[in-house]
Amino acid sequence: MQTQKFKSPVVRWIDHRLPVFSFMHHELHEYPTPKNLNYLWNLGSLAGLALVTMIVTGIILAMHYTPHVDHAFQSVERIMRDVNQGWLIRYIHMNGASFFFIVVYIHIFRGLYYGSYKAPRELLWILGVVILLLMMATAFMGYVLPWGQMSFWGATVITNLFSAIPGIGESIVIWLWGGFSVDNPTLSRFFALHYLMPFLIVGVVILHIIALHRFGSNNPLGIDVNGNQDTLPFHPYYTTKDMFGAMVFLTIFASAIFFYPNFLGHPDNYIPANPLQTPAHIVPEWYFLPFYAILRAIPDKLGGVLFMFGAIAVLFVLPWLDRSPVRSGRFRPVFKIFFWLLLADCVLLGWLGAKPAEGIYVILSRLATAWYFFHFLIVLPMLSLVEKTRPLPQSISTPVMGGAAMAGSSAPREKPNA
Amino acid sequence: MSDTAENKGRRDFIVVASNTMMAVGAGAVAYPLINQMNPAADTLALASIEVNIGALAEGQAITVKWRGKPVFIRHRTADEIAAANDTVIDDLRDPESDADRVQKPELLVIQGICTHLGCVPLGQKIGEVKGDFNGWFCPCHGSHYDTSGRIRKGPAPTNLEVPPYAFVSDNVIKIG
Repeated sequence: MQTQKFKSPVVRWIDHRLPVFSFMHHELHEYPTPKNLNYLWNLGSLAGLALVTMIVTGIILAMHYTPHVDHAFQSVERIMRDVNQGWLIRYIHMNGASFFFIVVYIHIFRGLYYGSYKAPRELLWILGVVILLLMMATAFMGYVLPWGQMSFWGATVITNLFSAIPGIGESIVIWLWGGFSVDNPTLSRFFALHYLMPFLIVGVVILHIIALHRFGSNNPLGIDVNGNQDTLPFHPYYTTKDMFGAMVFLTIFASAIFFYPNFLGHPDNYIPANPLQTPAHIVPEWYFLPFYAILRAIPDKLGGVLFMFGAIAVLFVLPWLDRSPVRSGRFRPVFKIFFWLLLADCVLLGWLGAKPAEGIYVILSRLATAWYFFHFLIVLPMLSLVEKTRPLPQSISTPVMGGAAMAGSSAPREKPNA
Repeated sequence: MSDTAENKGRRDFIVVASNTMMAVGAGAVAYPLINQMNPAADTLALASIEVNIGALAEGQAITVKWRGKPVFIRHRTADEIAAANDTVIDDLRDPESDADRVQKPELLVIQGICTHLGCVPLGQKIGEVKGDFNGWFCPCHGSHYDTSGRIRKGPAPTNLEVPPYAFVSDNVIKIG
């Protein structure tokens, strides 16, 4: 360990006893990162930014919120009207959930395209899927807290999913509710868990980062780093790039908060919960729509629930479904086509999830659901066997495919002196 | 990049400018996150109350809640007023004449919060200890207040505070 890397004697004194500065220097400063990362590699740090934003605004909201069926709706309205800048903090939290999912979905599709789930990064990928599941549970319970109509009926519908479990389903649902319907005990426990789960996410994120730093980031070429000539120190190169990405993200995020704060929400949730009347058209938040479409596509209660959870479960085993040794979609001409089809399929499922469950929408939902599982369970294993991949470059620094493969060359450019 | 003095100056300018903008941005983000803990609009709306003192007979005292804390209102007897006025002001720890603490001599309105560490002094109800000066006595650390609510003995540094109030009519005062 270089002992002279810190100028301050205080820092050196602490670091000798508690090597936090060495740790940060190693993981955030000199950490070698492939030099050919594109902007899709910004999404990880953006997800971290979104998580921190959600935790900070969430703790503040919890200072003003009352988790009781008689007061929850009022306390949220009080936050919007009376608490200093409460409207801003709530809109950040509300839209923050959506933006967190946008960022994470792009992050996931980045991983799908560039084969970031393949050896030796299987656990990194699996931890990411765990984070996604925790996020979904957290977002669902958070949506219940304002105790509007959508909160109440969303909670009712989603908790009722568990009643599909044969035999013990009914007892499980009553256990979840703490009563015979979604009521005050449900709200209290959802609040407690909604406060807890982000910290579980933080824990898994730390594991995710430890796993990432074991082998370093994947890269657009999907080949392993060959040495120092293929990498750049994380600081200042990627800290600067991540900060620039964060500015762009925050600009878009702020536009949504200040100009279209309710665009992604649902007006019915500004009506206080009424256990005696279900809204005419009940849909989940947009980030659940593809899974909701899968749930409704299966004409069987248990089957629908199994396929919906299966849509995520399949991601856990993805590293063993796609056995192709080539990671990046750039060198897999057939895979590339199927990747875009999958993306289109997920968007289609999302659109169908917002449509009423009738007529053509049901048929399309079934086709799209079938395609989703066909892609993961049939196409990917088959492609691993039959696809003829394009030749890989020898290293990140050696262009072998002409200009195309090495777009964004990192060769230093000469700048005319002023 | 060349390290001419001119380039260095330009680079320093960029660094200072971006750091300044970052500081401004951090301040703008911190402001709502901190200010949300200040009293909310509905809390401020409850910041003044009206009290009817018509039924308060001479020698009686009532306690009302204003901003979550007690306010003592005492209809003082002639003896109490005299005792408050006879005090030598220069001997007081927090010199203040009784006339400066009341709007009408018979009606004393003070915050019932000991200026030492915030306890509620005794002396409002019949039978409670009123301290050596026949006013109020704080049981927490033994501060004695006189019939004008001024500190006379014990650890409290200042007199019991007089809240802002005004007579709406002869029988009604508005506190706050």
